[in-house]
Amino acid sequence: MKADPRGVLTGTHFIDGDHACCEGALAAGARFAAGYPITPSTEIVERFAARVPTVGGSFIQMEDELAASITLQGAVWGGAKAFTVTSGPGFSLMMEHIGYAAMTETPCVFVDVQRGGPSTGLPTLPAQADMMQARWGSHGDYEIIALCPNSPQECFDLTIQAFNYAEEFRVPVMFMMDEVVGHMTEKVVIPAADQIEVVPRRHTNKSVDDYLPYATNGDQVPEMAHAGEGYNFHITGLTHDERGYPNMTPQTQDKLIRRLQRKIQDSAERIALLEEEFVDNSDVIVISYGITSRVAQRAIELARQQGLQVGKLRLITCWPFPEKRIRELVTTTKAFVVPELNLGQMVREVERAAAGKAQTFSVPHAGGSVHRPEDILKVIVEASR
Amino acid sequence: MSILNVRNPVEPFLRTDRIPHIWCPGCGIGTTVNCFARALIESKIDLQTLALVSGIGCTGRVAGYVKLDSFHTTHGRAIPFATGLKLANPKLNVVVYSGDGDLSAIGGNHLIHAARRNIDLKVICVNNLIYAMTGGQTAPTTPGHAITSTAPYGTFEPAFNLPHLVEAAGAVYVARWTTFHVRQLARSISEAFQKKGFSFIEVISPCPTLYQRRNRLGDGLDTMKYYKEKSKVKHGASTGEVGLTMTGEIIVGKFVDRDRPDYQSLLHAQMVESLGDRYIEPLETLCSCG
Repeated sequence: MKADPRGVLTGTHFIDGDHACCEGALAAGARFAAGYPITPSTEIVERFAARVPTVGGSFIQMEDELAASITLQGAVWGGAKAFTVTSGPGFSLMMEHIGYAAMTETPCVFVDVQRGGPSTGLPTLPAQADMMQARWGSHGDYEIIALCPNSPQECFDLTIQAFNYAEEFRVPVMFMMDEVVGHMTEKVVIPAADQIEVVPRRHTNKSVDDYLPYATNGDQVPEMAHAGEGYNFHITGLTHDERGYPNMTPQTQDKLIRRLQRKIQDSAERIALLEEEFVDNSDVIVISYGITSRVAQRAIELARQQGLQVGKLRLITCWPFPEKRIRELVTTTKAFVVPELNLGQMVREVERAAAGKAQTFSVPHAGGSVHRPEDILKVIVEASR
Repeated sequence: MSILNVRNPVEPFLRTDRIPHIWCPGCGIGTTVNCFARALIESKIDLQTLALVSGIGCTGRVAGYVKLDSFHTTHGRAIPFATGLKLANPKLNVVVYSGDGDLSAIGGNHLIHAARRNIDLKVICVNNLIYAMTGGQTAPTTPGHAITSTAPYGTFEPAFNLPHLVEAAGAVYVARWTTFHVRQLARSISEAFQKKGFSFIEVISPCPTLYQRRNRLGDGLDTMKYYKEKSKVKHGASTGEVGLTMTGEIIVGKFVDRDRPDYQSLLHAQMVESLGDRYIEPLETLCSCG
């Protein structure tokens, strides 16, 4: 379906990534957010609080991130598209509810504008060190989707994509920004509402008597109902059967947990958005994401000026990790260079997928600033030898 | 009519396909559910508008037994989940049904803030004075000297007086009953449905398996006798004076019944004042169905 024009601020804007993310959420149909202030993410909900009463929705500032991350899920079951916004310390507090959203298949978006950590770390400075936490932070086996924008324009475009994935797969989607992308001001073009494709809720058409909340009907994603519609459904974070009833048997656990994994993994190739440049027949491929991809771009250009054959692979989707694509590329490339604003997180995935068939070079950075292009260049040169 | 054809009047409110329930013999939670169902009959509330949210624990399992839109959420977070549900669809009547540990320990921050905001939620707090699901550990409500699995030499931390706490935080309706007071409890729940704003009903309830047994307070029946003998109805009692002890008097009754604007009325008034015609009611656009 097309976006509700009331939420779409069509035009050309000069705004930062945080504000663009808010506009993306509004364009995607988000009409509810619950949040707790935390640098460097707060501008997203500040703008949402100002904008949403004029488009028919509400924002509530909760008492902490534990509350915010479950309040939004209550709103989803009440019929809204909803999200929350945070940074490192708040993201840590939200972990249990990411698991709850995965287990109950509550479509929703968690925005994490990453800053230096651990603990309070560097509140106003960038990092990309929550990437593994985004994937594995809640207990148990589950799948999520994570997107990584590298510009304010992408903060707008990909926030819509994040909501669309959340609705299509009934999964919590992590929107992994970083402080620089969040606070960087650039041109953002917002198209007309009828140019924006929005995925509606997978609402059931079944009658009250025929509806089972977790029956998949041949598909891997069940249909939803909302509270107040007469379905009298039950939702629990306990292991549950198709009726939504708790069932503590290993068989039910196996069936449910494997379906939660499959519904993402079976579509992983389609979900995995990549930007590629000269990856075929390059000696070295630089794999990066978020703000680091823009620094890497400069390093790649410098390397090419030196006559090196260097390709670019940008992860727009970080989770599910595009391991099939990496396995294809090892046949034509010698090495991967992976700069990231952490001491080596996504590089582990690259290394795992490469399985020794191509060398993997990490370009770590503890956060607080971005890489210098020369630091990445140095590793590209080393990897090219 | 044969007696076999007589249906229990609360049966339509229950997921009978999930019975038998998990609660122990002598536990009071089932009694409170019976009172809740009777209050639904009495108040003639439209069941389709009713949603019930529980946290984790023995009382947290209530959500799984009622034939309503029901949510078994995470430990301590029933109130913020219910807040989101209510704000997304203000037409819903949202009941939070959970235990003392869930609501006042791990969820204590949400309890006071929901009362402060005066969110229109009906909170039924079954207080068995202990963490029962996990085996009888000390709760913030455990009275002095009681033996628990984590206070083997006796509890010495002062306990929360929940009616006092929620009154101070801003609740508009506060009552306390025991599971002996089934009619009064059902009436209080019906009354709370008539209130707009944060309503809190505490139900003192036995845990014969863990609390009563460990403290040599007898079984479920002995606890009923205690409730009968030591409860004193005192409507309008000052909540500062209704704290509980292990074997002393239990002050019950309706302590607070007052009016102040609820969160959504305040939100509406503020937005209309600030935005005028530019304000769009959330109700008009919230359903995101295709």
